Formats: sequence, structure tokens, C-alpha cells
Amino acid sequence: MAEILSMKNICKSYIMGSEELEVLHNVNMSVEPGEFLSILGPSGSGKSTMMNIIGCLDVPTSGTYHLSGNDINQLNEIELAKVRNKEIGFVFQSFHLLPRMTALQNVELPLIYSGLSRSRRQKLSEDILVRVGLGDKMGNLPNQLSGGQQQRVAIARALVTQPTILLADEPTGALDQKTGVQVMELFEEINRDGKTIIMITHDTGIAQRAKRVVNILDGYLTEADTAAGK
Amino acid sequence: MLWESIRMSWENIIKNKLRSILTMLGIVIGVASIIALITIVQGATASISSEVNSLGVNKIMVNITGTPLKSGLTGDDMETISQLGNISGVSPTIALRTSIVYNGDIKEKVAVQGKNEVFFKTDASLLKSGRAITPLDIESKNRVAVVGSDIVRDLFYGVNPIGKELIVNGTAYKVIGTLASSSGFSMNSSNETVIIPYTTALRSLGIKSISSLDVYLKDTNMADKTVIDIKGVLSQAFNYREDAYTVFNMGDMIESFQEMMSIMSMLLAGIAAISLVVGGIGIMNMMLVSITERTTEIGLRKALGATPNRIQLQFLIESIFLSLMGGLIGLIAGGLLAYITAVVIGIIFSISAYTILLAVGFSGAVGIVFGYMPARKASRLNPIDALRSL
Repeated sequence: MAEILSMKNICKSYIMGSEELEVLHNVNMSVEPGEFLSILGPSGSGKSTMMNIIGCLDVPTSGTYHLSGNDINQLNEIELAKVRNKEIGFVFQSFHLLPRMTALQNVELPLIYSGLSRSRRQKLSEDILVRVGLGDKMGNLPNQLSGGQQQRVAIARALVTQPTILLADEPTGALDQKTGVQVMELFEEINRDGKTIIMITHDTGIAQRAKRVVNILDGYLTEADTAAGK
Repeated sequence: MLWESIRMSWENIIKNKLRSILTMLGIVIGVASIIALITIVQGATASISSEVNSLGVNKIMVNITGTPLKSGLTGDDMETISQLGNISGVSPTIALRTSIVYNGDIKEKVAVQGKNEVFFKTDASLLKSGRAITPLDIESKNRVAVVGSDIVRDLFYGVNPIGKELIVNGTAYKVIGTLASSSGFSMNSSNETVIIPYTTALRSLGIKSISSLDVYLKDTNMADKTVIDIKGVLSQAFNYREDAYTVFNMGDMIESFQEMMSIMSMLLAGIAAISLVVGGIGIMNMMLVSITERTTEIGLRKALGATPNRIQLQFLIESIFLSLMGGLIGLIAGGLLAYITAVVIGIIFSISAYTILLAVGFSGAVGIVFGYMPARKASRLNPIDALRSL
């Protein structure tokens, strides 16, 4: 199996009051190493649920989900935490940097949970911050950085554990057009270095920058005609 | 992993200085009041105990009220008691208030006591100058007297009284020694006393029997048996009339006094412990607020790979930190308060390791107990909801 991510007949439903609401219907998807995939859908389409399941923050109601050889359905909470730490690098729309920590400390955070020594953590974090172009801003607190810079810190934090997948949720949603483009360029560069990226967005323009686009609508996933975008 | 959690907790406390200090205040007050109360009560106990100890714990006091037929003990009765086991010495007292005269100056209603050499042996510091009453004085019924410091001051006006002639109850005595002045608070103050051999007293003061005895013990652990033995002798001497005498063990008195004080200190500490509980609730409240504030942070940490245990540990350490720091500050504050009080009211200040351990243990326990629930709540937050809450 070449794919690093495979979903088979994934269903997810929530209990809303007395009703059961299915938000994902028989989703099948597989991702191979080095892909740059975007999941495109309007709000309410189930893309957030999709992102939560991919990111192992939530487990499907039925169906099987394999990530890097792990059968996610079989894992307990502690093992899920480990998978999130090792296999997934999250990038959020609103960055989610801890406001009282410097850029460097924010990037170090996932490595603390990996159990790395302090010196090793610092070295890795410094390297990755240099790579995203923030070598001179390591000691800054998030509120001393621009939106674009904050998102770069968040991307560095996502990459520092060398995850299998970089999982981005509306990464440009909180940024202006120009900065958004710069962030997308950074994603493309990271992807060229071989990192698998899954990006969730409602913005068709942003989605088209990915090599492959899947549409999600009302809980159904369909492969888009990628040729049209390219 | 533990070290990282400690470091993160510490940074959080430091970054919320004012709030952390206010939260700690409850614990500070609780621990300080416990430490201060226990230390002050223990100091007072120690001070009073040492005062009582100076009266002698190795002593059994026998007081004779007598019967119509027999008003007190005879020399033979005393001899019988001194032959009992576990007795190092018996000191009788024959007391009378009468007038004394020196060089024409008269002093009325002075306590004249007939005693023997055992009285002087119990405490070497009793005698200030001259010599004490000896067994020879007892045997020969010598007319000699040892005088208290007030007598020296009031009658002799700075003249060395040793060798001078003092008239007691109409009879001349030679002054052989003076007593050191004792504290006015002391129950057995002898500043205004004239002490003469008890045999002399029996012959010259018109008293025919001994009204009280101090029986000194070799082994205080055997005091109970000795009390029974003494009662046996007295019972026989007074024809089985038990109301004719009282036998009182000083050791018992100190024991019951100390017991009372320890109950009191427990009671006070218990009251102070209530404030510690209030302080604990303060910590719990602050932790819950902090968790609500940091919901996103908790969600993020979980997304980045923190296990529920890590989250729980971090918050638990934070609350333990807060309460231990509060406990430490409280320990210092309470110790200081107790010290100042001890100096002001003049009691012994000593802070025991047990007290310190109690403070640290108590505050640590408060941190665990009141931090557990919030920490558990934090660890159970669903990361999806937590991240969405921003």
C-alpha cells in the first residue's frame, strides 16, 4: 500500500437532541505521499468534521481509517494523542499560538509532548523557524508579529515534529489577499520538499493552488476534475 | 515529562502574578494561623510546664487534715514512710505564723517552717549563703535558722545575718544561712520564710505533729505504686479514716495539664483549618476560571499531542504549587507572628519540625484535593470544542 492515508466508508453522525444527524456519508479517500490535496466545500458541508477525523481529533461512527499504518478506530485516547503528535501537523485558521510564549517556545510545544530534550527541541525549532523565514523573530511574542508572520510560526510548529501530513484548516482565512498568497507559496514550497499537505478551505481560488482538489457537499465527497484547475 | 510540567506550571503562575498572589492569600492566612496558634499554645504549655516542673515532678505531696484524736503525723510515722521502697527522701513541713525579732526590731506573722535536710538537697540553688540544715541539727534539735530574702532585707538592713541571733516565737535561734530569693510567681516562694529544723519546731513551737510531707521519688514511673504504699501507711496511722489525709502526685498534675493544653491546641488548630479549607476553595475557583480562560490552549495542546494525563498533571501541579507556596509564606508569617507574641507576652518560642511538616503537608494536601477536580475537568475537555471556543 503506497497510500499513507486511507478512508473506507467513513460515516459520522451526531446526536442532536432526539435526532441522529449524519454529516459524513460513506466517504472514501486515499492520499499518497507527497500529495497536495485540498478539500473544498462551503460552510456546513461537513469539511470541519472531515478535518477533525483526518486529524484524529474525532473518530468516525463507522468505516475504517488508516493513517501511516495505524487503524485509528482501534486506538485509545493516549494512542490518539501520540498519533496527533507524530503524524499530524495542524495549521489553524486563527493560528492558535499561545500568546504568552515567544515564537520559539510556541514552535517547541509539540516537541515537549514528543519527549525531546530541551536543547534538541531548541535546535529543531530554530532550524524550522529559519526555514519559514523568521530567523530574526524567534524571541517575539505573537502580538509582536504580523498575521502572516504568526501563520508562519504556526506552520513551523506544525512542521517541527516532521509529521506525515500537514493538515491546514483555512490557513489563509484570517489573512489579507497578499499575505494569503505568500502563505500559499510557502505551502507549495513545503510540498515541493516532499511533505504531504491536506488543506481544507471554502475558497475555490485557494483550493485550486493544490495539485488535487476534492469537493465536499452535504457530507458527500467527490473527486473534482483537477485538470480544469491546472 | 514531570519537569516540563513543573516548568510550564511555574511559568503560568509567574505570568499571572497578581491573581496567583490573591489565590495564595487564603492558604497563607490558613497556614499562618495554624502555625501561630499551635506555636503560641505550645510555647505557653512549655512555659507553664517548666514552672510546674520546678516544683518537682518527682514529688508526692502528703497533706494531713487529721482526726480529733490525731492531728498530724509523728516522727515515727514519717520514718515508716521513708522506709518504703522507691523513696529517696521525705521532707516534712511544720508550719506556723509567728513573730520574729532581731536587734529590737519585730516582724509579725512570719511563716516559720520546720523542715529537714532533704528539703535543701532537692535544689542546690535554694541556699544563697551560709549553710543548710544538717542531719546533726535535726538530731540535736539545734536552735538554728535559715532566713528568706525578704527577712534579710526587712530586719537586717544590709548586715550579714549569718551568726546573728534571731528570736523566733520567744526563743533565740542562730542564723546559719540565707535563702536565694525566688520568683514572686512561684507557688513555693520562700522569700518571707524562716526555716528551722523540724525537730526543733516540734519541741519549741508548741506544735506536736507534722501536717505535711513532701515525698521524693527515686523512679517517677513507679509513682502510682508508691502513692498506694503511702496511703497504706497513712490509713493505718489514722485508723482507716480516709478523710484525714490527701496524697497528691505532682506528676499526675503535670500530665493532666499537658493533656488539657494539647486538646486546646488541637481545637485551635481545627478552627484555623477551616480557613485552610476556605483557601482551598479559593484555589479551586481560580483553577476553574483559569481552565475556562485557557480552553483554547488546552484544545491546542491536545491537538499537538498532549495526552489527558499530561493536561491533568500540569493543572494539578499548578494548584499544588500555589498551595505549597501559600503554605511556605504562611509558615514564615505564622512563625513570625508566634515569635513576636512569645517575646511580647514572655513565653518560650519554639517551632517544632512536626508543626512545619503539618503546615507543608496540609497545604500540599489542599492543593491536591482542590486541584484534582479542575485538573480532571481540563483533561477531559474535547479538543474540538476547546479549539472552537475562541
